[in-house]
Formats: sequence, C-alpha cells, structure tokens
Amino acid sequence: MQPTHPASKPVLTINDVGKTYVTPVLQGVSLNLHPGEVLALTGENGAGKSTLAKIICGLEAASQGTMTLAGHVYSPTSRRNAESFGVRMVMQELSLIPTLTVAENLLLVDIPNRGRWQANWIDRDRMNALATQKLAKVGMQAIQPEALVSQLGIGQQQMVEIARNLQDDTRVLILDEPTAMLTPSETHHLFEQIARLQSQGVAIIYVSHRLEELKAIADTLAVLRDGKLIQVCPVNSVTEDDIIQLMVGHSVSQDLDRPRRPRGNLLLSAKNIGRGNLIKDISLDLYAGEVLGLAGLVGSGRTEVVRLLFGADHNEHGEISVFHNAPGLPLRAKVKKWAEPLAAIAAGIGLITEDRKSQGLLLTQPIRINTTLSDVGAVSKAGWLQRAREIKIVDALIQRLSVRCHSMEQNVGTLSGGNQQKVIVSRWLHRNCDVLLLDEPTRGVDVGARADIYAELEQMAQSGKALLMVSSDLRELMQMADRIGVMSNGKLVRIFERGHWTEKSLLAAAFNDTHQQMTPQAA
Amino acid sequence: MTTSTQSNTPSATRSQLGTYLGLAAVLLGMVIFFGSLSEYFFSAATFLAIANEIPALLVMSVGMTFVLIIAGIDLSVGSVLAFSAAAAANAILQWHWGSLPAALLGLIVGLACGAFTGWVSVAWRLPSFIVSLGMLEAVRGGAYVLTDSRTQYVGDAMAGLAMPWVAGISSAFFIAVVLVFVAQIVLTKTVFGRYVVGIGTNEEAMRLAGINPKPIRVAVFAVTGLLAGLAGLMQSARLEAADPNSGTGIELQVIAAVVIGGTSLMGGRGSVINTLFGVLIIAVLEAGLAQMGVSDPSKRIITGCVIVVAVIIDTLRQKRSSAA
Repeated sequence: MQPTHPASKPVLTINDVGKTYVTPVLQGVSLNLHPGEVLALTGENGAGKSTLAKIICGLEAASQGTMTLAGHVYSPTSRRNAESFGVRMVMQELSLIPTLTVAENLLLVDIPNRGRWQANWIDRDRMNALATQKLAKVGMQAIQPEALVSQLGIGQQQMVEIARNLQDDTRVLILDEPTAMLTPSETHHLFEQIARLQSQGVAIIYVSHRLEELKAIADTLAVLRDGKLIQVCPVNSVTEDDIIQLMVGHSVSQDLDRPRRPRGNLLLSAKNIGRGNLIKDISLDLYAGEVLGLAGLVGSGRTEVVRLLFGADHNEHGEISVFHNAPGLPLRAKVKKWAEPLAAIAAGIGLITEDRKSQGLLLTQPIRINTTLSDVGAVSKAGWLQRAREIKIVDALIQRLSVRCHSMEQNVGTLSGGNQQKVIVSRWLHRNCDVLLLDEPTRGVDVGARADIYAELEQMAQSGKALLMVSSDLRELMQMADRIGVMSNGKLVRIFERGHWTEKSLLAAAFNDTHQQMTPQAA
Repeated sequence: MTTSTQSNTPSATRSQLGTYLGLAAVLLGMVIFFGSLSEYFFSAATFLAIANEIPALLVMSVGMTFVLIIAGIDLSVGSVLAFSAAAAANAILQWHWGSLPAALLGLIVGLACGAFTGWVSVAWRLPSFIVSLGMLEAVRGGAYVLTDSRTQYVGDAMAGLAMPWVAGISSAFFIAVVLVFVAQIVLTKTVFGRYVVGIGTNEEAMRLAGINPKPIRVAVFAVTGLLAGLAGLMQSARLEAADPNSGTGIELQVIAAVVIGGTSLMGGRGSVINTLFGVLIIAVLEAGLAQMGVSDPSKRIITGCVIVVAVIIDTLRQKRSSAA
C-alpha cells in the first residue's frame, strides 16, 4: 500500500489500532512509516487525527491493536516513555516556559551542573553551548540561547520546540498543525527544516488539514474519516479535489433533505464587523424562524464572530443592528459595538458559549441558580428573590428539557455534559431572547441529550427566534440549518442556501485558501 | 428519571445546617473545656467581657465574609478602623461637631476608603490583595496625620455605643449581632447576594449571563469599609479615645474568623452566620487561654494552630460532601 519506500524497512508499524471512549473514535488503523518519509495525516475536524497522534506519542493508550518500532513491540505508557524510544511530538499548544531562556527550555530535564556535588550550580556556558548545537540542528543558529522564550516570535518558538524534541535518538517526529500560527515566511522556513530532517532519516508524521501544505512537503498521504483510515497513497497521485472527496466520503444521507423553514423578519444585521487580523469584514443577517449555520475549520474565526455579535469581545470595525420582530417597528438597537454582553442581552441576544465549564456555568452552584442567571429580575421583586416563583419556573424548564437530576438543588458540576448543556439552553429560554447564538452546542453531549436539544432548537425556530449555530459537525449543520455560512481564515467566504450545498462544497469553501476559484461572497 | 423537583429538599441547606452544628459543637466543646480547667471561666464577668470585646471584630468580619466570597481580600480594614475613628474624633475635638454628625462622618470616611479600594482594583484589574495592602499603609498614615500621632480623648461623646444596655451588655454587641442576621439575609435572599456568590464562583460566566460584576465588586468593598468605620466608632466608644494605633494587625484576626467559619478564600462559598461562630471561637479561645494564665506567646501559637486545623477540617468536610 505504500509504494514510496519499497526498499527500506518501516521504522514504525501501526497494526489495527483503535480507540474507544464512549463511542469508537478510531477504528482499525494500520500504517507503515519509513525512515526519511513525511506522512501527511489529514481529515475533517474530529476524524481522529489527533487521537492517532496521541496514541503514537504515548499520551493516550490504544484500546486495541499493536505497534512496532524498529522491529520491537512498542506500547508507550506515557509521553516520557515514548520519548525514550525516540518518538516525539510537537503539540499544537507549545509547551515552552516563556520566562526561561531558550537554552533553559531546551535542556530543561537535563540542565548541566558543575561544582563539587554536581547539583548546585548551573553550568551556563556548557548549557548555552549545548543549546546552540541543538538549534544548529534545526538550522536556527540565529536564535540566541540566552534569549527569553517570550521575546521570540511564534515561528521561532515553534522551531525551539522542534529543536527540543529533536534529540539524537529521534526516530519519529509528529508535528500537530505546526503552521497554524505561522506566517508564510516562517512556514517556508519550517518546510526547509523538515526536508533537512527527512534527509537525516527522521520519519515525520505531519498532521494538518491545509491541503496546499500537504502537497508541498509530504511523500505519503493518509486520510482519516470518522475514525477510519480511508486511504494511504503517494501524495502526488491525487489532486486536492480528490483529497476533499476522500475526507468527505460519498454518503450524503437523504434524511438531511428537508424543506427550508419560512423566513421571517430581519432580527439582526451585522455589517462589515472585524477585529484585528482574526476577523475580517464579516457581514451577516439573521432572520426570525431561521437557523443560520456557521461552518469552518477550527481556528477560522467562528467563535470570534459570535463573541463579537454578543459583545463578549469588541469589534474594531463595522456595525451591529437589532430589530424588533414586527415589521414597521423602529430599530431595537444600532451600535458600533456592544459595550458589554449586558447591552447585547438587553437587545434580545443570547450566547451559548463553546466552553460551558469555564464560561457558562457556576459549577459549584445548584441548577436553580444557574438557570435563572440570565434574568434574575424575573424571579425577584425590588431586589428580593422570590423563591417560590423561581422554583416554579426552574421546575417547568427542567421538565421541558428533560434534565436528568435528583433535584433542582443539585450542583451543576455533578451533571453529565449533556444535562449541563440543557441547563444552559434553559437559561436562555428563561430569558426568552429573540436571537440565540450557539457555539458548538452539542460538543461533549451524548446522543440522547443531543436529540432533546435539537428538538428544543427546532421549537425555538418555529416560535420565531433567530438562531446562529456554530458547529464543527457538518452533518449537524446540514440537518439543522436553513443557510450555512462558511468561514476560512477569518473571512466569511460564502453563504450556502439549503439545497445548494453538499458536504464536499462546504468543505471546499472551508479550505478556501487552496480553492481560490470560489468566488468570495458577502452575505 | 426526570424528577419533578419538590421544593426545599436541598442538600445544600442540609450541608449548611451541618456546618452550623459542627461549628456550634466546636464552640460548646471549647466552653466546656475551659470551664473545666478554670473555675473562673463560668462567670457572668467572662461572658460579659467577651460580649463587649467582639463587636468591632464581628462587624468587620461580616464585611470580610462578602469580600472573601467574591474571591477578594481586604487587608486595610484595621487601618480604616483607626482612620474613621480619628476622623470622628477630629470632628468632635477640632470642629466641635455633635456626636451624631461626627459618627456619620466616621462612617462615610470608612465607606469612601472601601469604595476607593474596590474602584482601584476593578478599574485597573489589580488584585485586591495589592490594592488593600497599599491602603493598609496609606490609610494608617492618614490616621496619624488626623490625630497628630497621639491618642485623642473624646470622653463620652460616643458613649451611646458602649453604654450597657441589657444585663451590662453594650448596644454595640446587639448592633453587631443584628448586622450578622441582616447580612445573612442579604446574602441568601436578595439579588445582590446571589450576584456576589455568582461572581465569586465564575466571574466570566456572570459577565456572559449579562451581569456587570464591576459595580457589585465596588459595592462589596464599600460596605466592608463602612463596617470597618463602624468598628472604629465602637472602639473609640469603648476606649473613650481615638488611638491611631488601634486595629493594627486586626485584619488577620478578621480573616481568620471568617475562614474558621468555612468561607472559602477561593470565593463562591460562605455564610455570615458561620462567621459569627468563627468570631466566637476566636474570642472564647483568647479569653479561655488568658484565664488559664497562658503567656501571650503561647496564646499566639495555639491560636495559629487552631486556625489551620479548623481550615483543614473544613476542607476535608467539603471534599466529602462534594464526593457524595
């Protein structure tokens, strides 16, 4: 299956590896990796790329299957253990300590000592000399070993991280989305260094969903879809279109074809909103009774957009208008930006955040308090809480969303993810907002609770609310949305109408940087 | 099992009750312990002394409970106490104000100090630890300026607060106890109290739920300053003087009392009633050890140990109840 290196023996063999949490996320993956080979591992969000990488580098244990490293059985018990076998991974989030110098970071686990007891004084000269050697190995002699990591650019930090992981004994190096934060020239430099490592015989697994890059540096392509390895082939034997086709698969189920919901009044209109380099010139309209989906790769700026619409962050350009749900009534609010989320909420907007634990819930407080938080005024009179009223309201919401709990006094932190999310949904039902922004509303939510939440959202749309739903799950969007906007690199590249999208066309728009033939189109 | 939730079956209330009982048991145990060791302990004089000594500590602890619940800290309460008392004394002695306006001035000065601490820490996003540490020094300096670094005798101008009221117990004691119950009601029954607890639990979640935490933070510090001002008046009523050195180091006693009462330094959890128990435990411990003739250094060692042990017990209890 791997024609690139027919002669050499594989350094790493992966045999029928799988991983199951609640449901299987990775199934029956078999791969060979040869010395000096660059293997591109790609797939949609949630296809299992990161899980596979983590299994190889010892961060996760496989639930099934075996691995062999240079002919020996390889089953790392920890990342440290994997590193002792020469298998290393450069994570997406850098693990450097910003307040230490480059040399200290490079030699953190083995800082050279001097002095009588070998443990008292840091041998700074030797440490810097060793660090310089390591930096030279990745072609980064330009970096001063005495420089603080915090003084370096992101690209240089990435190279330091790679240098740290490139011990003499490195046999397999995994790079997880290494270019996510790099500028084009830094990326170019990284590619040079990858080629160099390759010539030294290091086998590289390059995890990315930037097709352009894969074509540029990889020898072999491995595509994952829904936890299964779909194809392994030489990278130059396929076109970018083929790769997207492979990632999407062919089955677009028919039950996703249902009629578009009737569109009501315009409720929210954002014109050319932007913030720094993250979000550029987004315009979108939300209508009563309609669900607008927002798709795009992780990091494409979806979360940032909903945060701007809600006033959680401030947009630097543009304008947001909110309208009453009735024709002829004047504007409800028109602002350059929201001063505080408070102002957006007063104008009838609600937000279900991506991270419900750190931004949504009061984990140590009961369901009752968490539910009414969006409108404590409704359960109080002149500053005094009306307990009986609150209990009645919360009880009705718990019933409506079938929240599984002992009582409304149960701490939210002790509920399952799905029930926690239901509490947040009921919080905004309590507020009765007209526009609800949902950021990954079903992440970490089990299938049953997911169905309850979909049903509730459906009902909200029918009752004339406008919903904006960010999701990495394309099927979910294709099922729920009437329109799907696709973001790429901080831009809203296209809005598809129901019936005019396919999974493939949505993905192609998300990979916009490599598909310039798509005409960018504002809302 | 989608339970229809009957009202008032709260495990929270039950665990709250458990804390009351636990602290009451500790207090009772201490009283019995000291009573059995010292024949003089069980006397009206002992309890009278305790009752007349704690009001200042108690009212400051009430404010500090709120401050700790919003995950803040206020180290300046002792200095604010002295400064407010000095301001009131100054008004009486220099400007010949009446007792009531002078007392009012003292309270306003306390309120202003607290509000300033809160505002600075909110406006510049500084930890309240740092801001109130600065205030601890600055306000103490202010107290020296106002009093000319000397104890100012005000005589019986503030006597209304120190006068024996019922059975020799001063009105200050009753005011303090009433404040405890009022504060507890504010904490549990009002929107303000709910916001305070919410901000201490997860400020970002509160902001994203549409609550502006800033004014609430400032208000909590302002009230704490006001109560420190009241404590200052109580002190100068009892001592018939405004001493620029009064209340030195009392902030640590206040924090200790609140923490013994089970309020979390991490915020989000606390009860004013439990703070009352915390204050009583510290006061009984001090009085009991004094009667036993324990030397001052030993007293401090024992008090220190009691504080840490109390917090260890509370932590274990919390762990158990959250595991259950």
